[in-house]
Amino acid sequence: MSHKADTIQQRANNSRRSRVDKVMWALCYGGLLTIVVPIVWIIYQVVARALPHISMSVFTTNTIGNGGGLRQAILGTVILLIMVGTMAGVTGVGAGIYISQFAPKRVGGILRGAIEILAGVPSIVAGFVGYITLVIELHWSFSIWAASFVLAAIVVPYIAKTTEISLRGVPLAMRESGQALGLADSLVLRKILLKSASPGIVTGLILALAISVGETAPLLYTAGWSTTNPTFSLSHSPVGYLTYPIWTFYDYPIKSASYLALESAMILIMLVIGLIVVSHVLRRILSKHLPE
Amino acid sequence: MDSLPRLAVNQAGDTTSVSGLGSVLWWRRAWVKIGGTWTKVSDRATPAVTAIMAVVPFVALILIGVFLFKEAFPAIKVNGVNFLTHSKWSVGSEYANPIKKSGVSIPVGATYGAWPLVLGTLEASVLALIVAVPVSILSALVVVEKLSSRVSHWVGACLEILVGIPSVIYGLWGALTLGPFLSHHLGWVASHVPNVPILRFFRGPTYNGEGLLTAGVVLGIMIIPIVASTSRDLMRQVPQSLKDGGRALGMTDSEIALKIVWPWVKSGVVGATFLGLGRALGETMAVLMTSGAVLGTTAHSIFSNMNTIAATIVSQLDSAQTDGTGFAVRSLAELGCLLILITLVCNVGAKLLLRRFGTTTVAGATIAANE
Repeated sequence: MSHKADTIQQRANNSRRSRVDKVMWALCYGGLLTIVVPIVWIIYQVVARALPHISMSVFTTNTIGNGGGLRQAILGTVILLIMVGTMAGVTGVGAGIYISQFAPKRVGGILRGAIEILAGVPSIVAGFVGYITLVIELHWSFSIWAASFVLAAIVVPYIAKTTEISLRGVPLAMRESGQALGLADSLVLRKILLKSASPGIVTGLILALAISVGETAPLLYTAGWSTTNPTFSLSHSPVGYLTYPIWTFYDYPIKSASYLALESAMILIMLVIGLIVVSHVLRRILSKHLPE
Repeated sequence: MDSLPRLAVNQAGDTTSVSGLGSVLWWRRAWVKIGGTWTKVSDRATPAVTAIMAVVPFVALILIGVFLFKEAFPAIKVNGVNFLTHSKWSVGSEYANPIKKSGVSIPVGATYGAWPLVLGTLEASVLALIVAVPVSILSALVVVEKLSSRVSHWVGACLEILVGIPSVIYGLWGALTLGPFLSHHLGWVASHVPNVPILRFFRGPTYNGEGLLTAGVVLGIMIIPIVASTSRDLMRQVPQSLKDGGRALGMTDSEIALKIVWPWVKSGVVGATFLGLGRALGETMAVLMTSGAVLGTTAHSIFSNMNTIAATIVSQLDSAQTDGTGFAVRSLAELGCLLILITLVCNVGAKLLLRRFGTTTVAGATIAANE
């Protein structure tokens, strides 16, 4: 009898356990939904509001007061992207190479720590320091130079870190086989290490670009704002960028202004999603020739 | 075109062609020699050149710290402890002659108290954690334990999009959509919560939805990718043998998750939470657009307007420039120092907690590295 009672008890337990199991996984899928819903909601609300008003003139005319198009802002964003991509890209990849390959243990630890702290510095603080030093002290005024220095400082840790991690991830055997073939160190680095790490490095670079495209606060006080096309002078000439109209015009009572905000939000979202797609495609292409 | 007749001459055994071939070899040899020298040079130069680049972030960090502190120092001297305890934020009179205080000239009536900002920053960030941490842990669990690699790849892409969506667009969404939505649907709750201590905090007018709640929720969604991706990477490290052992003992999936996976990753998830906190503390535009950005008062309900340190630096820099003595900008620099200190504590805490797992602590970069 007692044996039978045990089984009943166990059955009850089991059904309770399976119920707990189901409830918990339902909660987990709910959590997943909480990630997806805001993405869809954010993209939908921007696109749904912007799409009815967007036209080609957004890309072909400059902003006039609080209306018009966004041509100069798009150009400015692209220029800033190129500047930041070059400055932070070269520095970050170099730093990643040094820390993962050449640095003595202690030095590497210090540099890595500095990079991690720099990644934690709030972007507004970096922007503020850029304002008081580059814009005011060095008299660069609002300019591409000031903006790209600040943005580069903000995103360089991401690039350095991803480069370092991807280089560390290259199997020792691959590198040793290169050395066994008598390849020079720099060739091992270029042909074996960097090549195998390239998917990770590219992802880091594109992540950094996506972050710098979306920065606003540090740009407000380093790039300024301009309604004319960017000039070739790197200092003393404010530049337009896509995040400015969103922040400035989103609660304007004038229709043309709020459309401007929505249109630039939509272009930004498309740009960011485009960058992410490009990074995935590139990652796939670059890792095609790798083992695994 | 030129090479064809030459080839013909070659076959005819013309002697001049031999010297021609020789010259080709000469070029080839020179090229190889240049290549070899280049390899030698770059062998030597690569460590040095990359070392210079590696020092750049270090120098940038030092420069940011030094210049910020240098700018803030007079303000720290004048504002003293009051900076942390008082609530009034006032640039002072532009027109009266500045007075001297502790050797620094400041406008008459200038007073800077950051208490509401410190409190607001902490409140909004804690609210963000309350939103983000459970969601992140649960979804990390499901990604690691249940989903196929294909689907979890898509979830990873979703997290990348969440990272990539600019802060201003979160702000735009919070101000135009989420705020009014919350205010509309929670208005009833806000006016029917009993007026007793603690619960009182959830009572009050919701206005247009700009306030602590919206700012906290938006911040929470913004830090989900950091907490979720870090937790996910930690959970992937749990040895399969432990989970198999649990299954052999007849544990259900949720028991394995709770009794094997969770204890293994617990401290790391706390670290991930610190990472998210560090990000939430420094977030600017989204808070600025959704919090109502009010100066000088603390939030008395979860619906009331508030402000954070980061948002204040942006919103007050314009009016700070009207201060001829520059003291307002210095006080903002002091705010910046405060913010850097708080985030530094968070990030160092995160690093210590995550060190055991060998996980990188650069916020967001974990996503890229571990896909």
